[in-house]
Amino acid sequence: MLKLSNISKTFNPGTVNEKKALTNVNLSLESGDFVTVLGSNGAGKSTLFNAIAGSFPVDDGTIRLDGVNITNQPDYKRSKYIGRLFQDPLKGTAPHMTIEENLALAYMRASASHSPFSMISAKERREFREKLSQLELGLEDRMQSQVGLLSGGQRQALTLLMATLVTPKLLLLDEHTAALDPATAQKVLNLTQKIVAENHITCLMITHNIPSALQLGNRTIMMKDGTIVREIAGQERKNMTTENLLKLFHSQGVENDRILFSADLPQT
Amino acid sequence: MISTAVILSALELGCIYALVALALFLSFRVLNIADMTTDGAFTLGCAVSATLAVAGHPLLALPAAMIAGACAGSITALLQTKLKIPSILAGIITNTGLYTINLAVMGFSSNVNMMKSKTLFSLVQPALGSVYKLLPAALITLVVAVLLVVFLKTRLGLSIRATGDNPDMVRASSINTGFTITIGLCMSNAMTALSGAVLAQYQKTADINLGTGMVIIGLASLIIGETLLPKGKLWMKALGAVAGSIVYRFIIAIALRLDLPSECLKLISATIVALAIGLPAIRGAMKPATKGGKSKC
Repeated sequence: MLKLSNISKTFNPGTVNEKKALTNVNLSLESGDFVTVLGSNGAGKSTLFNAIAGSFPVDDGTIRLDGVNITNQPDYKRSKYIGRLFQDPLKGTAPHMTIEENLALAYMRASASHSPFSMISAKERREFREKLSQLELGLEDRMQSQVGLLSGGQRQALTLLMATLVTPKLLLLDEHTAALDPATAQKVLNLTQKIVAENHITCLMITHNIPSALQLGNRTIMMKDGTIVREIAGQERKNMTTENLLKLFHSQGVENDRILFSADLPQT
Repeated sequence: MISTAVILSALELGCIYALVALALFLSFRVLNIADMTTDGAFTLGCAVSATLAVAGHPLLALPAAMIAGACAGSITALLQTKLKIPSILAGIITNTGLYTINLAVMGFSSNVNMMKSKTLFSLVQPALGSVYKLLPAALITLVVAVLLVVFLKTRLGLSIRATGDNPDMVRASSINTGFTITIGLCMSNAMTALSGAVLAQYQKTADINLGTGMVIIGLASLIIGETLLPKGKLWMKALGAVAGSIVYRFIIAIALRLDLPSECLKLISATIVALAIGLPAIRGAMKPATKGGKSKC
């Protein structure tokens, strides 16, 4: 499904600020895989996502999605089939446009058949309404409200809906609940789980929360210094506890205060 | 103090210049780009319109001016999206180049006189009587404003609005921001050029310096409109641009009545714009206790 072969990326090559962000990363995802990504700050998790989404060209290696080589495709073309959520809930929606208009923009990914001069149809409105009601946030009655008036959690839930409104081949979640309060974060996480399972979406999720890294998905990878240092899947993952994963972290030399903190937190 | 003739002429000019305010609404407010092409595009519209009117095609002059304006906009967009030149600089570069183009369109003369030529207004004068200038000008502005509002609600319009509102999100929605910026700048400069085209035929003369300071006049009108009308839906904002432009012309008419020399007008315009854009900061400085979070458009 997604196949990364020998992906490398160096920022500011040849200068004192040279930073090898990714070094020969290989990753293969099967259809329906839900992979959680762990790693300390600067391990290359977000750079990996940026490489997959096409935010910058990679120096080396190939990226294939469903057998198609997308290594040199610009980001806006890839976003036709790659959905993405960022940590910042403000990044995924247009604040001065209504909920309905934001959804219509997200819907355009699949509606190439629609004329660019057509407007939001009554049928689409009904569809948006129905999808919004699944979020159980009451947004279906506020479709004419400006998105800027919503809370961070509501905006992130809306962004999640927008990213999956047209089922993407791949969904990239970059700590998408980290900026939300614990209760809202849990709600968005549950929604994520539900939407991903219902639509059988292949998914990569960066998190610093060890319990949710183990609880969600079927595979976990650990990154350090721009490479994938460890993968946990199958039986080993089923038997893995938070403490053992932390020990594994130390044995790999991955240190991260945020991970240590999140491991102590009770699951909300 | 103010005669009917003065009111009529303020309304006429207000309607004609409203097209510039609408153009800036699209580029400055919707796309969030300060488009410095405006001055040159306005003169380009004047030049194309005058030249064609003298050649005997006063009606063809309007679409021709719009196409010319769109071309000017596309150059700015090209500089900005393909060559990655900052948007303000891209506009200034096009604007500078347009000076030569505008002179060339007018046959390398700094002005064109249309006293003996048929104009759009002289064509309708027999039928309309005393409102032969106001009615066509108002109609053109109304049609453009309605088309603009409808367009901004289409899928392409939504993409353009989102480009100005949140470029990150737009790229994640498979929209090419280079494309939406280009469409937006072509449209806004076509509107600016149309304004110049109508004005040239209105005053039966085109001059190489007609567009100087037009971006500031347009912004002043836009901001006056935003201050006067409640914030709200798109059509309200478009209406505000037109209303602001008319109010601006009345301010100018009053200033002229007060025997202010016409040379002062640009300084007055500049002051209005500086004060209007700076108003939130001025309010914030006066009331330091309250947090001033003013939202865009």
